[in-house]
Amino acid sequence: MKAFVLDHATSAESAIHSLQHGGVAIAGGTNLVDLMKLQVTAPGRVISIRRTELAEIAPDGDGLRIGALVTNADCAADMRVRENWPLLAKAILAGASPQLRNRATTGGNLCQRTRCGYFYDTTQACNKRDPGSGCAARNGFNRIHAVLGTSDSCIATYPGDMAVAMLALDAVVLIQGPPGAREIPIAAFHRMPGDDPSRDNVLEAGELITAVRLPSPTGGVQLYRKVRDRASYAFALVSLAVDLTMEQGRIARCALGFGSLGTVPWRDPAVEQVLIGETPSPALFAKAAEVLLIDAQGFGENDFKIPLVARALAATLNEATRIGRA
Amino acid sequence: MRMTLADMYNTPDERNLLDTMKQGVIGKPLDRPEGPLKVSGTATYSAEWKIEGCVEGVLVLADVPQGTVKTIQSDEVMTMPGVLAVLAHKAMVRRSTQGTAGKAPVQDVQTVDYFAQPVALVVAETFEQARDAALALKVEYESAKIAVPFAPESPEAEVETPSDSKPVKGGDLDQAMRDAAFSIDVAYDTPGHASAAMEPHATIAEWQDDQLILRGSYQMLAFNVKEIADCLSISPKKVRIIAPYVGGGFGSKLGITHEAVAAAIAAKELGRPVRVVMTRQQVFQTVMRRSETRQRVRLAADAAGRLIGLGHEAHVSNLPDEDFAEPVTQATEFLYGGENRLLKVEVARICRMTAGSVRAPGEAVGMQVLEAAMDELAEKVGIDPIELRKRNIAAKVPVKGKPYSSRMLVEALEQGAAQFGWEKRKSTPCKTRDGDWWIGMRVASAARVNVMIPAEARVTLKADGTALVETDQTDIGTGTYAILGQIAGEMLGLPISKVQVVLGDTTLPPGAGSGGSFGAISTGSAVMRACEAIRKKLAKTIACDVEELEIKDGIASHAGSQRLLTDLLNGKDIAKIGSIKPGKTFKDFSQASYGAFFAEVAVHAFTGEVRMRRMTGAFGFGRVLNAKTARSQCLGGMVWGIGSALTEELVFDIRDGHLVNHDLAEYHVPVHADVPALDVILLEERDAAASPLQAKGVGELGICGAAGALANAVYNACGARVRSFPLTLDKIIPYLPDPLVSPA
Repeated sequence: MKAFVLDHATSAESAIHSLQHGGVAIAGGTNLVDLMKLQVTAPGRVISIRRTELAEIAPDGDGLRIGALVTNADCAADMRVRENWPLLAKAILAGASPQLRNRATTGGNLCQRTRCGYFYDTTQACNKRDPGSGCAARNGFNRIHAVLGTSDSCIATYPGDMAVAMLALDAVVLIQGPPGAREIPIAAFHRMPGDDPSRDNVLEAGELITAVRLPSPTGGVQLYRKVRDRASYAFALVSLAVDLTMEQGRIARCALGFGSLGTVPWRDPAVEQVLIGETPSPALFAKAAEVLLIDAQGFGENDFKIPLVARALAATLNEATRIGRA
Repeated sequence: MRMTLADMYNTPDERNLLDTMKQGVIGKPLDRPEGPLKVSGTATYSAEWKIEGCVEGVLVLADVPQGTVKTIQSDEVMTMPGVLAVLAHKAMVRRSTQGTAGKAPVQDVQTVDYFAQPVALVVAETFEQARDAALALKVEYESAKIAVPFAPESPEAEVETPSDSKPVKGGDLDQAMRDAAFSIDVAYDTPGHASAAMEPHATIAEWQDDQLILRGSYQMLAFNVKEIADCLSISPKKVRIIAPYVGGGFGSKLGITHEAVAAAIAAKELGRPVRVVMTRQQVFQTVMRRSETRQRVRLAADAAGRLIGLGHEAHVSNLPDEDFAEPVTQATEFLYGGENRLLKVEVARICRMTAGSVRAPGEAVGMQVLEAAMDELAEKVGIDPIELRKRNIAAKVPVKGKPYSSRMLVEALEQGAAQFGWEKRKSTPCKTRDGDWWIGMRVASAARVNVMIPAEARVTLKADGTALVETDQTDIGTGTYAILGQIAGEMLGLPISKVQVVLGDTTLPPGAGSGGSFGAISTGSAVMRACEAIRKKLAKTIACDVEELEIKDGIASHAGSQRLLTDLLNGKDIAKIGSIKPGKTFKDFSQASYGAFFAEVAVHAFTGEVRMRRMTGAFGFGRVLNAKTARSQCLGGMVWGIGSALTEELVFDIRDGHLVNHDLAEYHVPVHADVPALDVILLEERDAAASPLQAKGVGELGICGAAGALANAVYNACGARVRSFPLTLDKIIPYLPDPLVSPA
């Protein structure tokens, strides 16, 4: 770990002011501190936002505003979240461990970095860590890597669960920066790698996530299905966030988020269009998977993700539509 | 070590002395005396000693697979804050020491044998400064060759028969395969494993004049003293090791490794105590791996399922010139019959870190494959897998003709089956479905050789009526403090509260150390013999035969008269050293612990995820010294079995040989949610050939075959016979039937 200066901001405003002078924001630090120990990143200044006012969950019209500092544990335990956006609580509880969820925050979780082993290992080439050095994962051990949204530069996934649920729920990321506040739909928050994988998301230097807004509840059947090598405390091989409503035996509306499948939390309106208005059947689920995976490309070790997600989608849609019909 | 012929264990001790004692503490499920210290964080582990003036060292690892260090640009980092030294001493070790070596491993870090080999040590005032400088240090290498991978079948592969592993040959296996009514000829792969002990390797080295004191995390101190002394070319007498608490070892701390030698050299060089703690990643990358294996099993059976031939041939790997070769066929030698046989291990020379002992070397991976193949045979013969195993229990060890000391395999299979509810099983796959999950149940045998290592211990019966047990034996989390106290308490008629056990200091008599399941029976026997000598002296004092002397709660009874021990001692301590050494009983008998595993697994019909539902293990390992710590050993072994079956795998990048999953994030050991209710049955047994305690080793038994039971249950659940461990979902999906079609 390189020596660094630690500042404590006491408000979002002072944090943003402080970030103008360089450095990175730290909230729970569950990812950033590891990265600093390994010198994957070595910021000279770290600005803690733990003393700011951003730890509140508050109603926002029919929706809910979750402050950037709200811990994963608090968010998943909030009765409003559990009753109206159960998908979010389920996704959060599928991730990490109780200790980590007590520490990790809403804003920090959106900004967590990939778990690509080559990104974490400074002896290896990685365009995300060291732009221009190459991508050792592409022809390496890439079992956990993406099959959608990849580029020649990078095939790393966004690894989290929370954002996948937020994506299916049409959440909006609230950002403050020097020019003022802006709102970004979560679907536009994470960046595909293209030829610059070093930037995971659209946050500009000096900007800070202040909250995530959930729109009014859909009242749909909400399931989060995380497929992983062990039963807990492992990142997803693929995960699915499903929010759908059945009417008269047909899928009336549906939102699907996919985690650890693409380089970013993945949502594809064309897949949802396949399903909406239709009667659930194995053939329909297979058709949805086919549309989802049209552009999927495996890199050897992760080829299995392509049939896996199709099977997981069939299982989850089978279950969600069955519940929705009941 | 002062050993005489009388110390050797040549004749089975049939007196069963512990059964005749009166205190009633032996075998009881007593708590560990040091437990409260450990759970309250007040037991001092190696890196936690506060040593005045101690500075911090961090190892620098090579980022090439092979080569020679050309230059180390220390000047640049020497100007960094707090940096005191950059060392690349010739005596630093390139590889880890194999268990019981008692001498230095390959030294000289100028040459690089594998990716991430330590090549230097940076010392600074603080750990953060040292780590920063270690990462900044520029090292240039010459002619890094490619990283030779494990490919024993390739024509370029360098494959050898290890010097200490002679093939076992009997009859004509090929002919038996041709004559067989039923035969199996299958190949299985198992991956490399990491010990992943909770406490990373750590050493604090301090010199007091020419005396070296190491506080570190090691398993076998009497050997470790010699190893470090040999590395530094000093007398073992000049080395003292202190290791009262060790946070797990699983083989990775049998011999000394990089951090200990580097710390000792740096401390000498700087004239200050130096602490070197390896990071989790460094432990994974540099210390010790279990070799991957490629195993061919041939089973030839007659019409009734009796084996007429058995072949078990394995390829394993190690660095060039390493003696150790994972002894895959160790239990295959004696577990089942089949006189026509070929058992063989060959080692491929590859460019990866040192391969050595990881919990239950040999059986852990050998038994899981043998037992998976036995399940395949049971299916082919069409008989119950328990019945198949029973039919193949040999009267004497095939080819070698040795008798068995004692063996609880049948009892384990039967009692385990009864407790597990074996009658609920289905004989063919894809018959039980619970929602989206296929359910399967299967069995495997357990077997692990019994080993004894020379050991000494001193027991002092103090004038105040308490006892002190002293040995350099370690407790690596297994319960040694508890059981040695119980043995002494039982023999001397004292409640546990009156027995103090002091371990882990090489100024004390040399115990066996912890490893190979031998710690308890070896050092425990030494403690027992010391107590016998004390009893003799007490008997003499009251002029009775020692056999007639009864002691309980500090009161000695003989012929109706009772005397307090404190009165008998009359102000004087009695101190005796007991010792033991393996002798003829180990040549005369095949000695092993046995058991059986019963597993119920669920396989997701869509995704192929495998989840354990429940597991029963029944084990016979001679006398149970402490029912709680023994059960814990069995539980731990079974958890290892779950990891070995389902998730654990060291993944090396084929291009440069670096370990990709070098921490607990992607090297998946089982977590709580992977471990459902495990049920352990401890069988009553006495094995007089194994030790005077009539006890055998139990530390590794719980893993030996466990993964086989899971793999067999996976097949029984969904029809996926995956012959490559671990059974991850990507390997299972291709076998799965249509998930939306319900079973008939």
